[in-house]
Amino acid sequence: MLIKRNFPWLSNKAIITPEHLFRQRRQFLKTGAAALAGGIAGGVFSHQAFAAWPKAGEALDAIKKTAYNPGETLTPYEQVSSYNNFYEFGTSKDEPASAAKHLQTDPWTVEIAGACDKPGRYDFEELIKPHDLEERIYRHRCVETWSMVVPWTGVPLGDVLKRFEPNSKARYVAFETLHDPQQMPGQRRDVLRWPYVEGLRMDEAMNPLTLLSVGVYGRTLPPQNGAPLRVIVPWKYGFKGIKSIVKITFTESQPPTSWNLSAPREYGFYANVNPSVSHPRWSQAKERRIGEFFKKPTLPFNGYGQEVAHLYKNMDLAKYF
Amino acid sequence: MSSKSSLTYRQTWWLVFLIMSGPLFGLVYLALTGGLGANPIQFMNRYLGDWGLRALLVALSMTPLKKILGWYWPVRLRRMVGIWAFVYVTLHLTNYIAIDQFFDWQAIGVDIVKRTYITVGMGAFVILFTLAITSTKRSIKRLGGKAWNRIHKYVYGAAILACIHYYMMVKADTLPPIIHAVILSILLALRLWAKLQIKKPVKTHQTG
Repeated sequence: MLIKRNFPWLSNKAIITPEHLFRQRRQFLKTGAAALAGGIAGGVFSHQAFAAWPKAGEALDAIKKTAYNPGETLTPYEQVSSYNNFYEFGTSKDEPASAAKHLQTDPWTVEIAGACDKPGRYDFEELIKPHDLEERIYRHRCVETWSMVVPWTGVPLGDVLKRFEPNSKARYVAFETLHDPQQMPGQRRDVLRWPYVEGLRMDEAMNPLTLLSVGVYGRTLPPQNGAPLRVIVPWKYGFKGIKSIVKITFTESQPPTSWNLSAPREYGFYANVNPSVSHPRWSQAKERRIGEFFKKPTLPFNGYGQEVAHLYKNMDLAKYF
Repeated sequence: MSSKSSLTYRQTWWLVFLIMSGPLFGLVYLALTGGLGANPIQFMNRYLGDWGLRALLVALSMTPLKKILGWYWPVRLRRMVGIWAFVYVTLHLTNYIAIDQFFDWQAIGVDIVKRTYITVGMGAFVILFTLAITSTKRSIKRLGGKAWNRIHKYVYGAAILACIHYYMMVKADTLPPIIHAVILSILLALRLWAKLQIKKPVKTHQTG
């Protein structure tokens, strides 16, 4: 969207204009632009060029269907968006859906830092718009042994990362969630060390399966699912899929990760779904698909072994769990 | 409420009985109205475990009420409240065995042996089970008041194990189990205090 690009005069204005006025004005301009595009320009300009990025929970358009589909029953949107681990908004499963309702995701910028040639602050749309949105239906396995099948919308993370030209020192990529106790009541207590941090090895981040997700069920992500953008790594436990990202850093050494900091014996850096490596307090051999009564066997790498097993060829996965 | 209550003992008993059954009716209500969320089995597990421990804490607060405030009526309700604790704990365990694990005895066996929090929880259950089956008047008679009393002191052990079980199973948010453990600590400390108070005088008949 045009108005939001990082023109220096605009960002200066944004700083000195009170937030609510700024948002009101932007809304006015958006509406005007949309009317202009729809009413006058008609077919001359593409809808895409003028359309504002949809707000939280609104439909996304031009989503490319892909072959990523395990062919299993989808977990209904209602459950995907009401059963969430997002400790920034409370430690129970149902709190995030209500406590995250008013998370401000527009404007949203992401800082790109570390071992790359194009660091800087990027607007959400600058990150996403150059890419085609894809729908990918992935199995989602939580470390707590429940699982879902979710149609995510997003872009391959690797394609986005490449644009910042990571250099030879970039061996890992670290992510950081927004830290804003004002908006994220869960951060007022030190349940975890805030902000939430996660990381991937570079080859994991560049794997075609790894998705930078901006939507679910064809709509923008609801806040409780990590709006406006989050990572999805389908062969790893869900906690690797960091939400509401504000910073991405290319690093030379393995970055710290939140759950590993919290309980290093229980949550490893890799956290690959692995039925034969138990969590110290429960077996990972089976999982309960949300909506089903009987547990089913958990698959190695959550069923994505063909795509990713080679990444861990000579590694002892019981040690690097 | 004083011992000269406007309610009769019978009325009080039923009132407390109804209060203690509240969480069970609450669960049935949630189940009937689709309020158990996306993962009902896990929800029930947590819910029943929580209320089992809370009922146990209520049962353990009856004697201190007598000692501190001089209320006698709560002690007479102690057994009924304790049985409710046993009911919730049994439902909690049944939910784990019959619904969560669906009688997968091998997995259950591995859990009991390898997962310390489950071992601890099972320990608490074994104690509560023993106390529940010996809670009848006949048992008191058969065992004799003294022995019966001694056995039923194990309820403290069950409550401590239950708190450890709860603390060990949470992922990161230890506040709720800590709150329960603090309440239990207070209830146990009150007993210790009461015991120290009456240490000096000649032996008198004591109740737990």
